[in-house]
Amino acid sequence: MAQMTMAKALNEGLRRALEDNPKVLLMGEDIGKLGGVFRVTDGLQKDFGEDRIIDSPLAESGIVGTAVGLAIRGYRPVCEIQFDGFVYPAFDQIVSQVAKLHSRSHGVYKMAMVIRIPFGGQIGAIEHHSESPEGYFAHTAGLRVVSPTTPNDAYWMIQQAITHDDPIIFCEPKCRYWEKGEVDLDRPPRGLFDAHVAREGSDVTVVAYGPSVRTAVRAAEAASAEGRSVEVIDARSIAPLDLPPMVASVQKTGRLVVVAEAPANASVASEIVARLTEECFYSLRAPALRVTGYHTPYPPSRVEEEYLPNIDRILDAVDRVMGFES
Amino acid sequence: MALGFELKGESMSEIPLVQLLTPEGERVTHPEYESTLGKDEVFGMHRDMTIIRRLCNEATSLQRQGQLALWAPLQGQEAAQIGAGRALEPMDFTFPSYREHGIAWCRGIPPENWLRLFRAVDHGGWDPQQYRHSVPTIVIGNQALNAVGYAMGVQRDGAEEATMVFFGDGATSEGDVNEAFVWAGSFDAPIVFFVQNNQWAISEPTVRQSKIPLYRRAEGFGFPGIRVDGNDVLAVHEVTKRALAHAREGGGPTLIEAFTYRMGAHTTSDDPTRYRIDAEVEVWKHRDPLERVKAYLVRQHQVPASEFDATIAEADALAAKLRADVLAMDSPDPLSIFEFAYADVHPLIEEGKRDMIELGVGGGAH
Repeated sequence: MAQMTMAKALNEGLRRALEDNPKVLLMGEDIGKLGGVFRVTDGLQKDFGEDRIIDSPLAESGIVGTAVGLAIRGYRPVCEIQFDGFVYPAFDQIVSQVAKLHSRSHGVYKMAMVIRIPFGGQIGAIEHHSESPEGYFAHTAGLRVVSPTTPNDAYWMIQQAITHDDPIIFCEPKCRYWEKGEVDLDRPPRGLFDAHVAREGSDVTVVAYGPSVRTAVRAAEAASAEGRSVEVIDARSIAPLDLPPMVASVQKTGRLVVVAEAPANASVASEIVARLTEECFYSLRAPALRVTGYHTPYPPSRVEEEYLPNIDRILDAVDRVMGFES
Repeated sequence: MALGFELKGESMSEIPLVQLLTPEGERVTHPEYESTLGKDEVFGMHRDMTIIRRLCNEATSLQRQGQLALWAPLQGQEAAQIGAGRALEPMDFTFPSYREHGIAWCRGIPPENWLRLFRAVDHGGWDPQQYRHSVPTIVIGNQALNAVGYAMGVQRDGAEEATMVFFGDGATSEGDVNEAFVWAGSFDAPIVFFVQNNQWAISEPTVRQSKIPLYRRAEGFGFPGIRVDGNDVLAVHEVTKRALAHAREGGGPTLIEAFTYRMGAHTTSDDPTRYRIDAEVEVWKHRDPLERVKAYLVRQHQVPASEFDATIAEADALAAKLRADVLAMDSPDPLSIFEFAYADVHPLIEEGKRDMIELGVGGGAH
């Protein structure tokens, strides 16, 4: 066991993946000498060299497009996109090539690559630095999307993602980079695509992922003071969703609230609601609710607290599902 | 006459262009390039070009008869593709767009496999590792970055292999192609960019894509660019061979602009009479890539008519086989769509498969 921040846990996880397999490469803007704008790759270029820790030109499509070629050649590239709002220049390569080449080549090309994206808000940033683009990728067949929420998950999930043969969009909740936690250096807590009960409860199920898990757990703590038992599930895998633990929870509580920073319309949160309504129709005692960002461009961060799902908004949704009379 | 290939203030003759065989089939010298090919090799290339043109015409007929969803003809570009394709070494790796039937021929891919995409029974059609020729890329320019990445892998492996990527004049406006140039220059990637400037990106002339000749773009990215007469198979071959050797030896990237002409439509869905004039097509007919090699072989090497007739007979037989193979090509099992969507087990794939099987669709063997 070791105490470290999520940023450090990712760094250690990357280091271990680089040690384990010489085909693992890191590529991205400012990831070498600088160690990335969040220092996630700090010190790696010094130890693994410029051929493996590649400081790239400032071109996101270039980063992902060349990673595709490296994957074809048998490498396992890990791309860093500097911020969520800068992934869109690479969107074409991700959707048209990364997601489809395994299928188009009948499995000859393994697109064994990881695209790391620091995502979400809560850091008081300027525009384009707080977005939640995971829905675009979750929607795309051929991709998988995951998000760690603790240093332990970060340490293990990045390694599991790198050894996986499908392309993985790895969404890192940047607001939690600096939060410390226990990391078990010997054994992964669970599989890469497994959801996890972050806090047990019996009255309402709250499903969240990424930066919203912490908010959901805090809301559950506040609810407990009011005598309400809220179970929080950290989805961890956004695509595919690990439905069985969510189904078991909703069958137990009969009430569902889904929390995410991305706007609800046509979103991952909506998919979770649709899926669980389908699977738990007769267990649900109230319509499932979503607590998400509003349907606006991400606002100036001075008002992000009002835009994002916060404790009050989650508690309000908990009240509404608890108070629903059928 | 407003010709699509004319650039402001520069006609074709004023722009330096490597040529070893004139449109009339006369061998000319070039200060830097000399053809090393003997009679048999040149005859072989004429055979390749004859076959490719014949197969391409057969594919157009198949599309007209409803047997293909679409076809992208290469007529006019045979010398560019055969000259380049025959310069490759077996271990080199090539990234095509969707019109590189001549390269596919040189890489040994059975012709019916090129048509799988166009019959809409497959998105690929062959094993890209077996033939060292990637699957087609339809999104314009994407493959340029993929190829540079592959070349960076070759570089890291310390292998003496070249990577060559094919795209058209239209693609040179795409961000991905320009980013590929930046990356290749920055990392000295062992790659050859082969742009077939066939003067038209569907209806947009090359002048819409570039204020300067395309080969000169390379200079700004820090590597050599060269324009070659794309209808001269000897010149294309020499220029490509040297650029590939340069890449294999660690010299970095080269941009080759093969100056050629798309004699036919962009695809079978296109109608070029709406945007270009017959007179332009007539000019290029006189620069036909097959005729000049034939004239050269007859004049220089006294190849008798019977040998050309034999090639035509061979091409006809291959076309007949292609037709039979295409007609015998069944639709894929609907269940096969699930097979390679992911490398590893995925719950939505399992769910989709179950759904289809329950509906009684497909062979059920997957």
